[in-house]
Order: sequence, then structure tokens, then C-alpha cells
Amino acid sequence: MGYTLNFNLIWRHFDKLWGGLLLSLELAVISIAIGIVIGLVLAVWYVSAGRVVRTIIAAYVEFIRNVPLILLVYLVFYGVPTVVDLAYSAPTSFVVTLSVYSGAYLVEVFRSGLEAVPRGQLDAGKAIGLTPWQRLIHVRLPTMLRITLPALSNTFISLFKDTSIASVISVPELTYGAQWINFNTFRIVEVYLVTTAMYLVTGYALLFALRLVERRFRAAR
Amino acid sequence: MATSSSNSPALLEIAEVSKSFGPVAVLRSVSLQVTKGEVVTIIGPSGSGKTTLLRCVNFLESYDSGSIRIDGKEVGYRDSGTRQRRSERDLAAMRAETGMVFQSFNLFPHLTAAGNIMLGLTKVRGKSNAEARSIAEHWLGRVGLAHKADSLPAELSGGQQQRVGIARAVAMEPKILLLDEITSALDPELVGEVLAVVKSLAEDGMTMVMVTHEMAFARDASSRIVFMADGGVSAVGPPKEVLAAETTNERLRTFLARFRASHF
Repeated sequence: MGYTLNFNLIWRHFDKLWGGLLLSLELAVISIAIGIVIGLVLAVWYVSAGRVVRTIIAAYVEFIRNVPLILLVYLVFYGVPTVVDLAYSAPTSFVVTLSVYSGAYLVEVFRSGLEAVPRGQLDAGKAIGLTPWQRLIHVRLPTMLRITLPALSNTFISLFKDTSIASVISVPELTYGAQWINFNTFRIVEVYLVTTAMYLVTGYALLFALRLVERRFRAAR
Repeated sequence: MATSSSNSPALLEIAEVSKSFGPVAVLRSVSLQVTKGEVVTIIGPSGSGKTTLLRCVNFLESYDSGSIRIDGKEVGYRDSGTRQRRSERDLAAMRAETGMVFQSFNLFPHLTAAGNIMLGLTKVRGKSNAEARSIAEHWLGRVGLAHKADSLPAELSGGQQQRVGIARAVAMEPKILLLDEITSALDPELVGEVLAVVKSLAEDGMTMVMVTHEMAFARDASSRIVFMADGGVSAVGPPKEVLAAETTNERLRTFLARFRASHF
């Protein structure tokens, strides 16, 4: 009893947290960018493909969604290099994992968005003589985007938080920085209070920015 | 009894077209010819195949047998006679020859009124943005919406949206304009403004095939009326003949009687 909060040691090592936060954001942005490409390509492929392709894509999505991220992180970082002759850094390994992971979630978001585009709009695109590719680019994707934006924002925030898992393979992101300070100063309450606040503020800032984008699109509906 | 001028070749030639959805026959050997400048109205009870027939003309629906030709060219299948579906690229090019206006407008929600019209002009017709914009403005003026060029569909009333829909279709200079119950989703007070636009297009000589429930309009604006029932053409002729109260066609008489009862 009688624990007194003392943040001095935290501030002394704050560069671990600040640098960690920047790395967390970097991991999230790169993984989400790759995930968006995976998600879009597979979602477009899914809605236009036959049963076999659909089954394969669905299997990928189901596999990823039913395996905890931390296991995937271990699998890619420790498992893959022991089987095949491949060497990569922990951050690279994590980006690969989170990209594949986010891709699976984004396939679902994009797929349901594509399927929610009203058929009448596609008919209108056909009726003026657009080719399938032109209908996709000029009719289906823009409408899909405005339908999926809210779900997309939630997925992005969630993926940003998932970067904390990278700490288990010693990627020096925010959670890892917090652990480092904890081990070296034993100010466990203070460090996790500050870290939590940093996740919260960043998460809210992201959400706020994404909601602004959404509002712009909604106004343009 | 039909007054389609037999001396000029048909612009649209529908010959013995049949189509089934599973076990249900929606079109039974439908034949119809439309010459340039004609306004042909299709009427009939719901489920009689009117809309399906219209959607076959620009191949939004495929048909199982028979042929549909525009200017002598088969719409959905290769001319080789093997009944092979055209490539998507060919279909797109064929569809660009017809314009369609939909019951539910189907404007592209992310594009302005002008943008909706310009999309086909730039992507399909290969026009420059400036050229497409001036064509869009011209047609928006024609439908009385010059001041709404930069409005999004959500900012327009139903009647205004539908007029943009018409402008989008005619700006492509189609050989035939297909109108699919274009006033059915509109509040009654907005119907007039849309029909006025259609009427002025008809006066310009635009070839049109329309499905409608607006009998008074059909009577005034059509060169011929087609009455469809059970997937087939049950009667066809000039409005005065088809809409005559003393018709001997049992189905038609029932339809007209029911129609009069519910609309007057």
C-alpha cells in the first residue's frame, strides 16, 4: 500500500514511447496499405469468379479470422525461416503477417460493399455502353467505397491496435517500449497509464480523421 | 392492322424471342418491328413480360431463342448463326447504340448531374472533358435543368433525377431510346414534367420504345401501342384501335376495364 505515482522515470525514457508510437503507426500504415491491395484484388476477384476461386478465397479469410494474430506472428517469424531458407527482420516479418491478416478482414469489408452496390447502377453503367472494367472503376468501386467507409474506419483502428502484438517478437513499437521502461524502472502503473493514453489519443485522432473523410463522402451522396 | 410503314426497313426487329426464368416462360415468341422515328408503347398487366422484353433489347437480359436486331445487327449474339454470346466488349459497343431510362432513375450517386451525362460521353464516345461538358449542359438545358448541372443526385427531386436520367441516355445519341416505366416511381405531381420531356423528344423524331402505365400519355404520344399478356403480344396497332373500349380482345378488354376502374 501507499504506492505514490511518480512519472519522472517515464518522462526520462519517453523517447522509447514516442519512437515506439511512430513505429506502431508506420507498421499499421504499411500493413493496411498492402492489406487494402490484397483485399481489393481478392474481393473483386471473388464477386466475379466461379466456385473454386470463391472457395479458396473464403478459406483464406476463414483461416485468418479464426487463428489468433499472435500465433500467426510466431508462425511467420519463427516458423517460416526454419522451414525455408529465408531471413528477415522482426519488423518485416510483422508487416508481412499484419498485411496478410488485414487483407483477410478487408476482403470481407470490400466484398460485402461490392455486393451492396445497387444492381440498377450497374445496369445504368451497362446501358450507356461501359465495359466491365469501366463499370468497375467508374461505377462499382466509388459506390462501394462510400458504402464501406464506416466499416473500413473501424477495421483500420482495430489494425492499429493490433500492432501491439509486434512486441512479442521484440519489434520496438509502443507496447514494446512500455515493457522496456517497465522492466528497467518498475514504474508499471505509470508507464501503462501513459501508454494507454497514447493509444487512446492516437486511436481517437485516427477515428476523427476518418469520420471527417466519411462526412465528406456522405455529403456527396 | 398495324400501321408500321412497310416501305422503310425496321430499325429494331424483334423476331420470335422467347425466354424462360427456370420453368416460367416470360416471353413467348415475341415479334415486333419498330421503324425509325416511331414511338411504340408497351402496355399490359404486371408480369406480362413488358420490362423483360425491353431489357432484352439492350441485352441487360439474355433471351433463349429468336433474334433481336438493331439496324440489321444481332444484339446479344454473334452474327455467325451459332448463337454464341458476344464478348463483353462487343456487348458494351452494342449497348451504346441504345439508350435506357429506368424506373428507379439509377443515377450514379457520386457524380453530379453533368458528371452522370459526361461519363458515357468521355469513356464510351471518347469525347474530351470540355466537349462532354458542353453536350451535358446542352441536354440539361433541354430537360430544364441547366441550373442543376453541378448538383448531386441526392440534391435533386425524383422528377429532376429522372430528367437527368433521360438527358444521360439521349446525350449518347442512341438509335433507340428505351423507357422502362420511367414515371412509376414518381410522385403524381412530378410525372408531368418528365412526360413533357419525352413528348418533346418524340417530336424531334427520336425512336422510342416505352413501357408505361400512363394510358393518356400512351394514347397521345404513341405511333403504336403493343398490348402484352402472358409473355406474348396480344394486340398491336395505333392507339385508337388498341385502346378502343369495344375491342374484341378479351384480355385487353379486361385489362382496360380494370385500368379505367382503378385510375378514374
